[in-house]
Amino acid sequence: MALLQISEPGQSTAPHQHRRAIGIDLGTTHSLVATVRNSIATVLPDEHGRNLLPSVVRYGTDGVRAVGAEAQSQQAEDPRNTLVSVKRFMGRGLSDVVQTHQGDLPYDFVDGPGMVQIRTAAGVKSPVEVSAEILRVLRLRAEASLGGDITGAVITVPAYFDDAQRQATKDAAQLAGLNVLRLLNEPTAAAIAYGLDNAAEGVYAVYDLGGGTFDISILRLSKGVFEVLATGGDSALGGDDFDRRIACWALENAQLTPLGARDLRAMQVEAREVKEALSSRDRARFHVRLVNGDAVDLTLDTETLEALSANLVAKTLKPCRQALRDAGVDIADIRGVVLVGGSTRMPMVRRAVAEFFGQTPLTNLDPDQVVALGAARQAHLLAGNRGGDDWLLLDVIPLSLGIETMGSLVEKIVPRNATLPIARAQEFTTFKDGQTAMRIHVLQGERERVDDCRSLAHFELRGIPPLPAGAARIKVTFEVDADGLLAVTASEQSTGVTAQVAVKPSYGLSDDDIARMLRDSFDHARDDLDARALAEAQVDADRLLDAVRAALAADAEALLNVDERAVIGSRIDALVTARTGNDRSAIRQATDALSTATDDFAARRMDASIRNALAGRTIASL
Amino acid sequence: MSEAGSSGPGADHFALLGLPRAFDVDLHALDEAYRAVQAQVHPDRFADKSDAERRVAMQWATSANEAYRVLKKPLPRAKYLIESAGVGLGEQDNTAMPTDFLIQQMEWREHVAEARAHRDDKGLRRIEHAIRGAEVELWPLLAERITAADWSHAADVWRRLRFLEKLHDDIEDVRSALID
Repeated sequence: MALLQISEPGQSTAPHQHRRAIGIDLGTTHSLVATVRNSIATVLPDEHGRNLLPSVVRYGTDGVRAVGAEAQSQQAEDPRNTLVSVKRFMGRGLSDVVQTHQGDLPYDFVDGPGMVQIRTAAGVKSPVEVSAEILRVLRLRAEASLGGDITGAVITVPAYFDDAQRQATKDAAQLAGLNVLRLLNEPTAAAIAYGLDNAAEGVYAVYDLGGGTFDISILRLSKGVFEVLATGGDSALGGDDFDRRIACWALENAQLTPLGARDLRAMQVEAREVKEALSSRDRARFHVRLVNGDAVDLTLDTETLEALSANLVAKTLKPCRQALRDAGVDIADIRGVVLVGGSTRMPMVRRAVAEFFGQTPLTNLDPDQVVALGAARQAHLLAGNRGGDDWLLLDVIPLSLGIETMGSLVEKIVPRNATLPIARAQEFTTFKDGQTAMRIHVLQGERERVDDCRSLAHFELRGIPPLPAGAARIKVTFEVDADGLLAVTASEQSTGVTAQVAVKPSYGLSDDDIARMLRDSFDHARDDLDARALAEAQVDADRLLDAVRAALAADAEALLNVDERAVIGSRIDALVTARTGNDRSAIRQATDALSTATDDFAARRMDASIRNALAGRTIASL
Repeated sequence: MSEAGSSGPGADHFALLGLPRAFDVDLHALDEAYRAVQAQVHPDRFADKSDAERRVAMQWATSANEAYRVLKKPLPRAKYLIESAGVGLGEQDNTAMPTDFLIQQMEWREHVAEARAHRDDKGLRRIEHAIRGAEVELWPLLAERITAADWSHAADVWRRLRFLEKLHDDIEDVRSALID
């Protein structure tokens, strides 16, 4: 917790002050940061006026890191240490990466615990660390632009990201010194930006084809509620795949033998440029000079490009059909189709989308910016800046969750596209006489076999009373909160024996590693940090004291017994005493103690206030 | 799939959404009620509150989602009403089903398998039409039995409709497989 408090200094802003919140689109090929200023969402450019930060990080031998355009410009000469499209490796194991990319990447992959890592000139780096470098640059850009610390950030992820990929993204943000208000699905962010700007009502589809991922989401927009009905996609399909098809075409046509890493990278860079050129022209020249001096000089026309990549576009339509079916809507119900992601600039993609949905897609927004703008608006709201145009977002879980049962099969407990937050339970039993422990394996995915789903966590329930096989009743409960994060509880029904796990995969970064990296990422001197931490502890203490005193004055009589009031009273005294001194940790401890003592009271007040509000609504509606 | 997990606030789905307890539900009113309740209870509404307070809000929001999911579609809604009355639906065993109904089911399943083998979309549509014909008779009967609080007969009708729904799902699966 201490680490988090260092990393979220903005929390100490006074309650009514405007809170600086940012939205970050952490993309496969490029990333952006946006904020809401004077009620308008805007993308924040760097000091050269550039909005897009290429998602590229170079680790030099001299320990020098380059991020963004500078790193990108070096990728052809130093492909092994210049990491591009690292989002594709987030939360992925070595076998996933090798399977998807079949050796066409110039990196030295290392099998890490839970996630693949990459050996660079500056040591072995995990995709989480690389992503943190990108996020850190965006945080600094925002701080410079907004003139101060950031209260919190909403980071977008592909809707089809699984729990491991989401956790990895959240860890990267923490490593970059960001307080994450919410991980927001990219198509949902786009729908917020589009819906608010156009006062849209009805059912909309968001077709999001980015650099490395594809998402389709179906949403219902109604009176300030954004309700995601279904989502689907492919987390390993995007513009990069089109580039690879073009590079392969060039290799074949130029009759080249297998190339080295530098040449391969140069071919892919050229492939992307040719692809982009073909969005506005009929033919483009493919020209690369190889390391050995030979030149590759070809011409690609749109017809050939479309033949090369027709099945990539077709691959996006299957998730579209599935999402419509899951949402329970017909194509005719779709009021509009919003295009997101740079790859939707390709005319062949637009044509396919128009044909599938039977209407011209909406293009009156910048497909590169819309996700960051939506994220900024949600961040503004979640940071507590409530304005006149409040809205509510109801999102879904993209992939089913379940546990392993006999025969390596997966029993689903939470179905995909269930609205968050959600809690579901299922009962299981023992299969051996006298079995006293049960190993619970949590999985995510749509397939029936364990091997085809993503393993999220293992934990054990011990102390089951020895009973004949099939007699014990073990209830497994899955709870997924509004952030899409999962907690699993297992309990034996006759004895009440319980085990639980907050599902959080490990990526081989120890707490010490994270602490060190966090420290490295701060640009402030140690003393500075200490002084600031003390001031923050004092502000937090004052705020809690004010809140508790106000709550006691209002509801102590009704909601607390004498003993409870006495405990809270003594903790208040202790905090008041600690507050007069300069011992930061003593203030923190006393604050935490008072906060713990008042948790139940706060929960009861909340419950009473919700019951009140709902009762008022019922009366009003009668 | 069990219906547990709704032990939080507002265990009664109809009461939570402020709707009359009945099989016939005004879907428009249900949508409105659901959104109105979420607008009051969703944890995002309490972004500046403590963890303890937001946890309470999350429990309410979870209950609202469960209530909406159950009441939105007629089969889960009927199941909820029947099970609330203490009558089990015994989804796993179908021994209670009449023989002629089971034979009809088997026939339809064979037709679906044939249509799949021959990629015969027209055949699928014919079976769907026949299933709809059967459903049209069963829905009013289900509503009538529930309204009359005749739970054991309601459960019987419910089981038949559940069979037909599974068949619809299978047909949709075949259709998806034919397109892809």
